[in-house]
Amino acid sequence: MMSRNTLLKKSLFAMSALTISMSALASGEVNLYTTREPRLIQPILDAFEKDTGIKANTVFIKDGLPERIKSEGERSPADVLMTVDIGKLLDVVDQDLVQPVDSKVLKEIIPENLRASDDRWFAFSLRDRVLYVSNEVDLDTFTYEDLADPKWKNKVCIRSGQHPYNTSLIAAMIAHNGPEKTEEWLKGVKNNLARKAAGGDREVARDILGGICDIGIGNAYYVGRMKNAEPGSEQYKWGEAIKVIRPTFANPKDSGTHVNITGAAIAKYSPNHENAVKLLEYLVSDQAQQLYSKTNYEYPIRKGVEMDPVMTAIGELQADSLPVTDIAKFRKQASELVDKVGFDN
Amino acid sequence: MSENTLQQPRLKKTHSFNASTYLVLGVAFCVLAPVLTLLWHAFSGDFEHWIGLLQNVIPNSLGNTLVLLVGVAIVVACLGTGSAWLTTAYQFPTRSILMWALLLPLAVPTYIMAFAYLDVMHPLGPVQSIIRDLLGYTSPRQFRLPDIRSMGGAIVLLGFVLYPYVYLSTRVMFMTQAANLIEAARTLGCTRREAFFRVVIPMARPAIAVGISLALLETLNDIGASEFLGIQTMTVSVYTTWISRSNLAGAAQIAIFMLIVVTTLIWLERHGRHRQRYANTQRMHPIQPQKLHGIQALIAMALGWFPIICGFIIPAIYLVAESVKRLEAAGTVSDDLIRGTFNTITVAAIATFITVSLGLLIAWVVRNPRFTIGKFILRTSSLGYAIPGTVLAIGLLTPYALIDAFISNSMSFLFQLPPQLYIMGSMSGIIIAYVIRFMAISVGGIEAGLSRIPPSLENASRILGQSSRQTFFKIHLPLLKPAIGAASLLIFVDAMKELSATLLLRPLNFETLSTWLYAEAARGTYEEGAIAALIIVLAGLLPVIILAKSQTKSNY
Repeated sequence: MMSRNTLLKKSLFAMSALTISMSALASGEVNLYTTREPRLIQPILDAFEKDTGIKANTVFIKDGLPERIKSEGERSPADVLMTVDIGKLLDVVDQDLVQPVDSKVLKEIIPENLRASDDRWFAFSLRDRVLYVSNEVDLDTFTYEDLADPKWKNKVCIRSGQHPYNTSLIAAMIAHNGPEKTEEWLKGVKNNLARKAAGGDREVARDILGGICDIGIGNAYYVGRMKNAEPGSEQYKWGEAIKVIRPTFANPKDSGTHVNITGAAIAKYSPNHENAVKLLEYLVSDQAQQLYSKTNYEYPIRKGVEMDPVMTAIGELQADSLPVTDIAKFRKQASELVDKVGFDN
Repeated sequence: MSENTLQQPRLKKTHSFNASTYLVLGVAFCVLAPVLTLLWHAFSGDFEHWIGLLQNVIPNSLGNTLVLLVGVAIVVACLGTGSAWLTTAYQFPTRSILMWALLLPLAVPTYIMAFAYLDVMHPLGPVQSIIRDLLGYTSPRQFRLPDIRSMGGAIVLLGFVLYPYVYLSTRVMFMTQAANLIEAARTLGCTRREAFFRVVIPMARPAIAVGISLALLETLNDIGASEFLGIQTMTVSVYTTWISRSNLAGAAQIAIFMLIVVTTLIWLERHGRHRQRYANTQRMHPIQPQKLHGIQALIAMALGWFPIICGFIIPAIYLVAESVKRLEAAGTVSDDLIRGTFNTITVAAIATFITVSLGLLIAWVVRNPRFTIGKFILRTSSLGYAIPGTVLAIGLLTPYALIDAFISNSMSFLFQLPPQLYIMGSMSGIIIAYVIRFMAISVGGIEAGLSRIPPSLENASRILGQSSRQTFFKIHLPLLKPAIGAASLLIFVDAMKELSATLLLRPLNFETLSTWLYAEAARGTYEEGAIAALIIVLAGLLPVIILAKSQTKSNY
């Protein structure tokens, strides 16, 4: 038994040695916990390091960001918390895991409705949720309400109703039309589905090309990625099979297209606070905003930033005028409605 | 019972508490810690949302889960037992390759299986294109096969990658089982088929049960494939409650409910055979395989290769084809991916070593029936596998935080080191999670192995003056080699594939192959992850082949 015990002790020792060598608390660094896949923003982080000499360490935590930060407590190495959904951002804000940032730059550039009134979170880009339409279908305008129109029976593709992109859209529907009408609408959309509500947004385009459906809901930036992919590649073919319509809500008539945000906040116990502020300010710089729009095909929050031609071709984005925080309030209710109508079954 | 008591060494009247006993108790407590944390979470919230859950969610997701589990159980039982018997009892061309090749699907994670088949079977994919060409259709709008995103699709896809759990445990049983029992059945007039159903299957029941339960727990843990295929399981409900409704307490409640159901089922199965003994004192020798000729040999080959083609060759060809495309476009494999491969292998190897060592210790310590809480320790230490990975990870966050606070404070006090995270800030967080999660495989496999070693061997050794420790190292350890090998393989491959706990518990800048692949999937470009997926499969191959070779060679 001795030999095993010693071996165990040795491996424990080796592990603790690794621990110490791996900790990243040195100056000149900033630690980023993100629900957004880090390679999407890596070009921005690389540019940030080049300009400021500050190295960004990342960990991609798709689910459970608030739980992890909370349990790490005061010792948490996290400086910046970044998310791709307003709901997830408000999760960390509401659980008091962030701190206010007093920055003139951020306040000047980010429009008021895209940051917290108490400076505890900021949006850096917009993502609109649009309609993918088969090139073979003649259609010019569309409302989200139209998705429930029986004429689209067995023609609609969409990902799981419980995905944050969809709960956010459904929450917006509740904000506009109330829960009863939204429930009816969801039932209608469910009846129109051509296949199970599953997979991702790009599969909507793929299934349109595959003849499974005629229309579907997806985020606009996927179209930028697909249509800009290597000609001849599969993605490219999917992208070429569709056109994009930016739906609006029927009620009220002047409403716009549903948008979600990508945003960030500074962690409550951020050890590299100064660097964290620098990173956030860098994210609204002209250079970073161009990367948002040109490599990720998202809508920049900074005015006058050039867009990718594919995205320009879709036309100007008229975003829903309801504040994102007002929509996010209905997120939980939206998720319960999805269960109630058995949308994903 | 009295017979059993007679067989035990009479040297000790009661179980004495020594260092290893305390270590075993400690391990059981570590496994219990996340469950206790979950209970605490579960009771910290209200139960109001159960009204909605019981009305709208539970009936459907419970039903789906049961259908999925029963379906997968049937598929893996048939494929696993059938292929194990085929390669043990019959001699036909390619049998020696089949013996190890049947394990290959183990290397394919369920989520990779799902997206590979989604592509292969898509209206735009090769299968349907060929069918359309043959039938003379030009567009998928004219002719399509039913969508694979369905319950049936999920059962078949999961069944074809999970059957090796049954194959592996059952084949060890078939090989170590006394061939003379089967020969006795044959002399008494049974045909080979009758002997299979009346002697072999009942004898192999513990092995089949262990294999099926591993496959089913793996099914319960799956979230990726269910997401791809749109199956609303209980695990998905746990997720939805937690993520979409930010209701951790509610998610913990469903998870605890699932855990109770699962442990009850496992207990029922064990209870059903608790009076049976499977140890055999006869000298064990494998069955002499019957030689097949002509059409029979062809059928045997077809049957044997079918699960491998579906569960490994097709997804592997798909991954190779996709990887070639990516490599042509990119030119090289990125450094990050190479580092990820290194991380994956390191973490999986360390976790495997610790898990198997502790499993051996637990199985050995609790083998004495006088050690009354032994059974409890045994079952407790296997709990981790019954909890889906992410839920386990959530349950571990609080214990980790407490340990980190303790270490950090001590370090600051003793060496004036700045406060930092020692467990969560390093890969030890993931390793501990793997050890807890996969302890069931190690304990279960080694315990099953021990149960086949007759107690008389230990008695004889002790009477001849060897100590308990000497007996363990000289008698049991060598006899346990196949069981230890099988457990190591399963744990290593499982650890390589593990995603959910890794995702939540890893430190900064730390990628494994599965998190890399998941990141690609999160960007919606899962086919870009083909290279990572291929490396997971390839790295999983090596231990599979080593194990299979060693098992084929050994004669016991």
